[in-house]
Amino acid sequence: MLLQQLINGIALGSTYALIALGYTMVYGIITLINFAHGEIFMAGAFVGLFLVTVLKFNVFLAMAGAMIFCMIMGVVIELIAYRPLRKSSRLSALISAIGVSIFLSTLALMVFGADAKGFPDTAFPVQQVKILGAEISTLQLLIIGVSALLMLALEFIVQKTKIGKAMRATSEDYNTAALMGINVNRIISFTFALGSSLAAAGGVLVGLLFNAVSFNMGLMAGLKAFSAAVLGGIGSIPGAMLGGLLLGVAEVMGVAAGYSSYRDAIAFAILVLVLLVKPTGLLGQKIQKKV
Amino acid sequence: MGALQSIVAMVDPYVLQILVNIGIAIVLALGLNVITGITGQLSLGHAAFMSIGAFTSALITIKLGLPFGLNLLLSGIIAAAIGAAIGYPILRLTGDYLAICTLGFAEIVKVVFLNLDITNRALGLTVPPPKSPIPMPFYVWGVAILSIVFVCFMKESRFGRALKAIRDDEIAAEAMGINITRYKIQSFAIGSFLAGVGGGLYAHFLNYINPSDFGFLKSVDILSMMVLGGLGSIAGTVFGASVLAAAPEFLRFMAQYRMLVYGGLLVFMMVFRPNGLLGGVNFTDLVLRAIGRKPATAEINERHNKG
Repeated sequence: MLLQQLINGIALGSTYALIALGYTMVYGIITLINFAHGEIFMAGAFVGLFLVTVLKFNVFLAMAGAMIFCMIMGVVIELIAYRPLRKSSRLSALISAIGVSIFLSTLALMVFGADAKGFPDTAFPVQQVKILGAEISTLQLLIIGVSALLMLALEFIVQKTKIGKAMRATSEDYNTAALMGINVNRIISFTFALGSSLAAAGGVLVGLLFNAVSFNMGLMAGLKAFSAAVLGGIGSIPGAMLGGLLLGVAEVMGVAAGYSSYRDAIAFAILVLVLLVKPTGLLGQKIQKKV
Repeated sequence: MGALQSIVAMVDPYVLQILVNIGIAIVLALGLNVITGITGQLSLGHAAFMSIGAFTSALITIKLGLPFGLNLLLSGIIAAAIGAAIGYPILRLTGDYLAICTLGFAEIVKVVFLNLDITNRALGLTVPPPKSPIPMPFYVWGVAILSIVFVCFMKESRFGRALKAIRDDEIAAEAMGINITRYKIQSFAIGSFLAGVGGGLYAHFLNYINPSDFGFLKSVDILSMMVLGGLGSIAGTVFGASVLAAAPEFLRFMAQYRMLVYGGLLVFMMVFRPNGLLGGVNFTDLVLRAIGRKPATAEINERHNKG
């Protein structure tokens, strides 16, 4: 039973982690909470759904399509709503991000309507597998596998490639990185593209998991993923993964313990507590304010 | 009081309703302006304090039947007390974390109200008419005008200047001997008080409240009013609240897409006019100039222009 819940939690948590990575990377580089990230996740789910139901793509192709679409979307959002505000106050940029988020979710409401839509059963035939007495669906295994694969790919890009090195340099010191000949604008666009594509993959996976895609799915998932990023230490990539998994497991355990009506409050209660005890999060580094 | 009643009877009820909506919006937006505009702390949970005030006020009317003025005062004080209590730990966080924490807190408040028996869970509360001889529209506008006057005086007082110093540079303000945490909590409490009062008015005007009405979108509603008029500007807030509270009536044909316009508005304002439509316009100076007196800042401006 415990193992069962643990696996449910890990499956849910790895989707949170996928979304949280986008928050944490963007925050690490331009210290902005990309409020629209949850809506990118929602858009990814819709694009995936469209590709599966209308164009009859298989799930993996649809996921790749959604990732490419959201990459472009993330870059365009940054270009329109955040880049002109790079030099203004943090408050302005944050309000602009909230504006994008509201705009996109209302747009989705207009285009797709208010009711949740599901993936067809044929999209991914689900089977139950019994492992050590726990009933695990192949869908959960898919989610955990795809998430792990994407996170490994991300870790490779960030740690081993040249552009990843430039990303790390930019997040460490924006101005110095620019002086060293790094095209910071390109790095920021690349970061948005990377984070958005992970969110899109998360969107398709969550759409499959709950069999529901709706215009307002981005808000709550985005908030929880952000909580996960903060829990792990914002700006830290392993932190976002750890935070996502912890939050997913905590939520599933909370529901299993009978607090299902408080489901959405669990994540925030954890967030508030963590921020009070250790504002830098579990794996975050303390940054000294300089005058 | 009979005279007031007959004035109310003379006005078209539809117009009256819009006017009351505007009055309530002004109280709410001013509260947020104290926290976000003047002190620079972005709160995304203003609707939560509004809902605390609304439910407190409704329950006071139902269970205790106190006079409406006392009722509003109590609702405001309870919202302020909860604001200060939650503010004490979370206001130590900086900008972005604070925004998320207030958002999380608002979500928790909503979930708690949805699960409490006393607030009638998800069914919401029906609110009986307030115990007051003064008709509702006069009450709302009385409170709105009092709030405007109060925030105007507060903004220019020693206290208000300290808040603005915190907004402009926290580290410098602290170096000048301002106790940042204390001032932030006080400003948060004042903002929450106004939100609570606004919530009480809202509850008695609509006669029905539901925890789901006070979600994130309500907070964004109030935020948009303030941003449209100008962060920190009182005249701007009044203007923004009036425009956006009346807008749904004129934009009825596109009621569903109101949020689309708001979202675009927030981005547009931040990119092209970050100080709002009326930001940076000093109304005290304009009034003083109009009656032929030199504003207090004129000398400083002249010196600046010479140098």
